[in-house]
Amino acid sequence: MEQTKRIDGLIVYGVIYLGFLYLPILLIPLFSFNDSIYIAFPLKGFTLQWYEAMIAQDALVRSLMNSLKVASAVAVISTIFGTLAAKAVTGYNLRGKAPVVAFIMIPFVIPGIILGISLLVLINRLGVTPSLLTVGLGHIMIAIPFSMMVMISRLEGLDRDLEEASMDLGEGVWSTFWRVTFPLALPGIVASLLLTFTLSFDEFLIAFFLTGKEATLPIFIFSQLRLSQKLPNVLALGSCILAASTVVIAAAEYIRRRNLRSDRQSGLGV
Amino acid sequence: MIRRLLASPAGAGGLGALLLERVRRRFLRSPQMRGYALLSPTLFVMLLFLVVPLGILFTLSFWKQDGLFFAPAFSIDNYVAFFGRIIYSKLLATSIGTSLCVATATVLLAYPMAYCLAFRIKRAKIMWLILITVPFWTSFLLRVFAWKITLGYQGVINSGLMTIGLISEPLQFLLYNRFSLVVTLTHAWAAFAILPIYVSLEKIDRSLLEAATDLGDGPVARFFGVTLPLSMPGVIAAFLFVFIPTVGDYVTPRLVGGTGGIMIGNIIQTMFGRGNNWPMGAALAVISMTTITLLVIVTLWFIRKMRQR
Repeated sequence: MEQTKRIDGLIVYGVIYLGFLYLPILLIPLFSFNDSIYIAFPLKGFTLQWYEAMIAQDALVRSLMNSLKVASAVAVISTIFGTLAAKAVTGYNLRGKAPVVAFIMIPFVIPGIILGISLLVLINRLGVTPSLLTVGLGHIMIAIPFSMMVMISRLEGLDRDLEEASMDLGEGVWSTFWRVTFPLALPGIVASLLLTFTLSFDEFLIAFFLTGKEATLPIFIFSQLRLSQKLPNVLALGSCILAASTVVIAAAEYIRRRNLRSDRQSGLGV
Repeated sequence: MIRRLLASPAGAGGLGALLLERVRRRFLRSPQMRGYALLSPTLFVMLLFLVVPLGILFTLSFWKQDGLFFAPAFSIDNYVAFFGRIIYSKLLATSIGTSLCVATATVLLAYPMAYCLAFRIKRAKIMWLILITVPFWTSFLLRVFAWKITLGYQGVINSGLMTIGLISEPLQFLLYNRFSLVVTLTHAWAAFAILPIYVSLEKIDRSLLEAATDLGDGPVARFFGVTLPLSMPGVIAAFLFVFIPTVGDYVTPRLVGGTGGIMIGNIIQTMFGRGNNWPMGAALAVISMTTITLLVIVTLWFIRKMRQR
């Protein structure tokens, strides 16, 4: 009897915790349909006017396009680099592996503002004008450690034996890569692409320092937050972003975790 | 195909090409070299966009602002200014204090959740993990914004409570102070704390727990004697993952902190923006980073000493 009570208690805590995680965020879509300029109870009625106002803003559409461009480039490049690096770490008994990996993970433990200003100082010294290109380069630097982590957990264990088997059976380096390594790594690659895309798409601090005339979407949103009459538009925009990134991230996590599990069951991933 | 490519420079003749060919062969045969070749693009990016910029930032902190330009002469004036004006060190101290509060609160709230995930939830574990991870990946800016509209003077909580008649005046203490800052940050960094703790709990060998029960430990004694000590690495990692980035936060204090909730990150930004004193901003950044790093190292060293006893 006591046992069941305790189990319930923890699960109840878990549900409350999820509520704490989600309730504030869900307010954004809730009030985006509310027919009032004030974000307050009681709700006034259903409207789509904030979504209409949102689409009518040219600056918004432009910054959205900018963010999509930057995030796509960042996702592809950082995933390529991260995959190669993860392959190096898992596939070879590298000397000095631990310090090298620790070095690459440094961006995790440096506050974003310091990364931002140090990159600003760099481009200033080099005489480069801030632009979407500089934002993208900064994002690649912070995205690589994420991609590498995803790829390491994917490649670990299933790497060498299968490749060696393929080589022993007479396949060359390239065909081994395309027929063995790549298909096995694919779920990780997809997850990494999605995660790094979202990372860049949502990133604010580094973009804040490195952006030039062309704004990215978070920079645009930040500029709108100061104007209280623009807040309902931000709610509509925020709802769209939340919906899109939730779908993307849930897909990425699902692909990554499901494959981890199915490999474990078939004895592939250790 | 690789062979043909490799063979061509040698075929083209010349001693240099022959040497090159030999180096390449050697290179391809050594797994060490191949491994580092795969790592080289990443290491190059990290060197160019992380190490070099931090180096320049460090150098800049010893320069001085001269109108629109810098006076590149070595001087420690910026550091003297930091220790000379109490406001800077006070601000750094409050920033660190706030982050300690946030990290403590986040870890305390996250531990039962991680425990629940590791030991209680059997079915649909993936669903739970995804549910916890998703909010973390959605825009940080929007999560902070969500708290701004929740806690605001005419915000969701106040207007909601007034609508149901629990209060007649809006509560003043909700927004634009250190309280709102801590609440918002605790929410924003939740997943970063849950995941490391969950991983360390999941790794615990279940037979150890059974052994503790067989030896007569009750659930409480077993938790404090076995589970908690074994999950400490996860707890420490979670604490640091939350503590380090929040010290330098800029967005949250700006949006929900108000004048009472300013952090060192805001001053650093001001120096690079309206304040137009980049070298001073660089010095503040260097001092903050050094302080954080020292704090972390001392703490880890202390924990290690404690565990050896």
